Order: sequence, then C-alpha cells, then structure tokens
Amino acid sequence: MNHEQDWRGRLTTYGGPVAVIIWTLLPVVWILSLSFKPESGINNGKFLPDSWTLENYRTVFNTPLFTSALRNSIFISLIATLLSVIIATVAAYAIARLEFPGKKLILSLALAIAMFPAVSLVGPLFDIWRSIGLYDTWLGLIIPYMSFTLPLSIWTLSAFFREIPWEMEQAAQIDGATSWQAFRKVIVPLAAPGVFTAAILAFFFAWNDFVFAISLTSTDAARPVPAALAFFTGASQFQRPAAAISAAAVVVTIPVVVLVLLFQRRIVAGLTAGAVKG
Amino acid sequence: MTNTATAAPAVGVPVPVTERTRSERRLGWKLTAPAVVVMLAVTAYPMVNALWLSMFSYRLTDPAARQFVGLRNYGVVLSDALWWQTVFTTVVITVITVAVELVIGFAFAMVMHRIIFGRKVVRTSILIPYGIITVVSAFAWKYAFALDSGFVNNWFGLGDYAWFSGRWSSIFVICLSEIWKTTPFMSLLLLAGLAQVPEVLQEAAKVDGASWRQRLTKVTLPNMKGAILVAVLFRTLDAYRLFDNVFIMTAGAEKTETVSFLAYRQMISRTALGLGSAVSVLLFLSVVAIAAAFIKGFKVDLSSVRGR
Repeated sequence: MNHEQDWRGRLTTYGGPVAVIIWTLLPVVWILSLSFKPESGINNGKFLPDSWTLENYRTVFNTPLFTSALRNSIFISLIATLLSVIIATVAAYAIARLEFPGKKLILSLALAIAMFPAVSLVGPLFDIWRSIGLYDTWLGLIIPYMSFTLPLSIWTLSAFFREIPWEMEQAAQIDGATSWQAFRKVIVPLAAPGVFTAAILAFFFAWNDFVFAISLTSTDAARPVPAALAFFTGASQFQRPAAAISAAAVVVTIPVVVLVLLFQRRIVAGLTAGAVKG
Repeated sequence: MTNTATAAPAVGVPVPVTERTRSERRLGWKLTAPAVVVMLAVTAYPMVNALWLSMFSYRLTDPAARQFVGLRNYGVVLSDALWWQTVFTTVVITVITVAVELVIGFAFAMVMHRIIFGRKVVRTSILIPYGIITVVSAFAWKYAFALDSGFVNNWFGLGDYAWFSGRWSSIFVICLSEIWKTTPFMSLLLLAGLAQVPEVLQEAAKVDGASWRQRLTKVTLPNMKGAILVAVLFRTLDAYRLFDNVFIMTAGAEKTETVSFLAYRQMISRTALGLGSAVSVLLFLSVVAIAAAFIKGFKVDLSSVRGR
C-alpha cells in the first residue's frame, strides 16, 4: 500500500460520509435554527440564534391557516395514497402473475404519466372543478394527486411483485393449506413490504405537491401545507413571517424524518427496485 | 416423455388459444382496468380538454366573450419574446442542475458504495432532502441567502449583496435548492447502477495495473451507462417542469420565470385559460420531445428501467 492510496483511502472512509451528511443536513439544521430565533433576533446574520424561543411554534399552532392546512395535508395525502395503492396492488398483481397482451403498454403508460408536467393539467381542472363544485375541496385534490401517486405505485409494486416466489403459494396448497390460507400466510407476508414501500413513496409525493395545491384551492377548506406556507403572514399581517414559516416548515418535515428513520432500507429499495436491469 | 415433444405443433402454426389462456387474459384485463381507467381519466381527459381550451380566446372573468380562435393562441405565445425568455431560463436551469447533480450524485453514490463506517447514517441523511417538501427547501435556501434573515453573506464576507435582485444570482440560488433537493434521487439511481458493475472487472483492471482514474473511465462508467442515462432522463424531465422553487423564491421576478410558472400565471392568476392552455400544451410537447430525443438519440431502453 503506497502513501497516496493510504491518503485516498482515509479520505473516502471518513471524508466522503462526513461531506454527504453536512450537505444533506445543513439546510435542515438551518431551518430548525431559524425556527427557534425570536422575532427580534431573526436578522442577527448568524446561523444559530442568539437566544432560543418556542414562540414561533406557539404562533403556528394558534394560526388556523396552518392547523387546518396540516389536517388537510394529512388526510388528502393519506386518502390519495390509500386509493392509489389499492388500485395499483390489484393491477401490479395481474402484471406480475398473469400473461395477457397489453401489460407492457400499461407499464409504459404509467411511466409516461409519471413524467407528465402537472401544470399542463391545472388549467382544465381549474375550469372543470369550478363548474362541477370540486374546486377547493378534498376530492378536488385527491383526484389530481392520483395522477402521480397511481403510476408511481404501479411502477414500484410491479417491480416488487416480480421478485416474489409465487410458486410458494402452490407449495403451501400441496402441503394441505386452503387457497385462502396459502394467500394469507404465504403471499401477504411476502407482498406486504412492497405495498408498504409503495405507500411511503406515494405519500411523499402527495405531501410534497405544490402545483395542484396552489391552483385548485382558495380557502382553509382544502388548502394543504405547501400552499398555506406560501400564504403565511405570521401572527399579524405586518409581522415578518420568516420565523413562523420556519417553525411550520419544521413541523411538516417531522413526519418525513420519522418515516425515513424507520424505513430507510425500504425506501432505498423502493426507489431503486429494478431501477436498472438486474 | 421425449416422444410427446414431437407431437408439439410445428413452427409457424399458431398455437390455439386455450380456454385457460383466454380466461387468464380476461382476468388480467379486469384487474388492470381500474388502474388504466383512473390514469387516463386524471391525465388524458384534462390534457385533451387543455388542447380544446387552447383554441379559444377564453378568460374566466368574461366567459360570455369566449370565442373560437383556432391556433391563434399558439401564434401569440410563440411570437412573444417572454415565451422564449422563459424557455431559455428553463433550459439553463435544467442543464445546470442536471449536470451538477450528475457529478455530485455520482460522488455520493461512490461514497455510499464503498462506505464502511456509518452506512445507515449516510443513507438516512441522504433520504431527508428526497422526502422534504420542495417548498420547505425553497424557503430554507431563500432565508439563508436573504439580506435580512440570511447568514450566507456574513459567512462569505459578501456584505449586503442582494442575491434576489439580479437574474443570474437568483437563478443560482434556485438551482442550489433544486440540486440539494433532488441529488439524493440521482445518487440512489447511480448507486444501483454502480452495484451492477462486476467486481471481477475492477479486480482484473487493478491486477493489470490500471490507475484509479483509468478504472473509473474505462470500467465503471461504461458499465453503468444505462443507469446514468435513465437517471439523467428522469431528472431532466423533472427539472424542466420546475415550479415550486421559482414561486417561493422570486415569484418569477428578475426574469426567472420558468415555462411551468408562465402557464400557471396565465391560467390561474390572469385567468386567461385559452392562452394559458396553449402554454401548457407547448410545455407538454417539450417534455415529450425531450423524452423522445433521449430514447432515440441515446437509445435509452426504458423497458430495462424496471425488471425484464
């Protein structure tokens, strides 16, 4: 081992990971720090607060704009995720297990729709929703959210289901299990992690949406968090909202961090499941 | 057993569709029908509607004056300097972000591939930007560079440099936020590609005395060409529809408007549905053109993207 290799080895062993962690976490720590700055100290020009306060969190939780947005975001994202995952599970099961013409076409369609520019749908939906009363409602967001959560789920689940050893179902039946038992005891435990991963990824997308959120809502009735953040003005109309927005941003980042911490391996597997030939 | 094989139908004679195959097909179509119907209903129908709306002079504030104008809206858009300016801005941002992400993403993928200590910590922290709301990322970077609440000018001794009062400095911050948020996706796809490079080849190259650099350019990169192209295609299409960061950071000021933002502003803020729809359709066509160029030009095999 020569000197240069030793140096390079040490750099990749410690330097690389440290660089990745700093790059990924710095903005998160910054918004966290900003959320603890008092209103008077927000312009201290430093990374960390001079004095720490929880005032901003009190403000956001006392602002109906934020609390209703939080409720809207949670339910709209969960419902859109649940519906897409159910429909996608059935479809992906068929794609993985049955031979029928057109299944490649369905996967290509899902891919094409996932690449669709959301803004292209906004105008017509705005027009149609206003005339049929879906504008500014939960359903009015759940439906367009499925335009990306559904293709994403079909895509992820077909990749997962392809890896499942389906012949185990027959093996269990030969061993005397009924077909329901075989499905429940053998297939469900094998398929559940994939379904769950697809749900996490779909939820991230729905939780993140801004284009539909800002275009198809106008009041607290359905406006989700990303759109509410853009309208946030803080405790009073004239207060600078930076600190309050940061606190709200931290609150909506917590679910993401929790999901990532708990399911890191599954999310990575879901994102790269058969991402390349393998 | 081998005797029965000779009884198999000769090549060229169509295999008769058995009742079993037919019922399997029917079941397959039945199970996938809801997915196909929903996907078409939420995208194809509005898209056709957008195409239709784009041929009218139609403002929501004045529905009575709605009038069929054929392709005139497209003429208006395409002959307007503003359209070409937003296309230019969008292309510049797309090229910069995808190029930088490819480099950083590859470096991160290398780190994750070779990592010994802290594997879990690194993979967890890299997923956080992926999961974070784009709007939150936009606010974080905006406040970091802002004159009043920011720390960046202090750290780098830039005094009171106003990042958001110039076109290119605004675009720089927009790109930073976009790059930060989406590099993890790129690096995870590249990591999957790296895992496909046979370790034997690396060892063989090492034995033959290839340097680190030679192994990278002659062994690693050529073997993961497919993964790189797929990652670049996905990110290019995603970057081209950039909207959230621009909305939060500049709201299109200082000539930072992107195509998506222009479409939004025409349709929702100005309620000019006809003209806005024409912009939407043009945006959609650009995305299709980019995808087609990749698939034809670089021979990206999308069927190899997942399985098969």
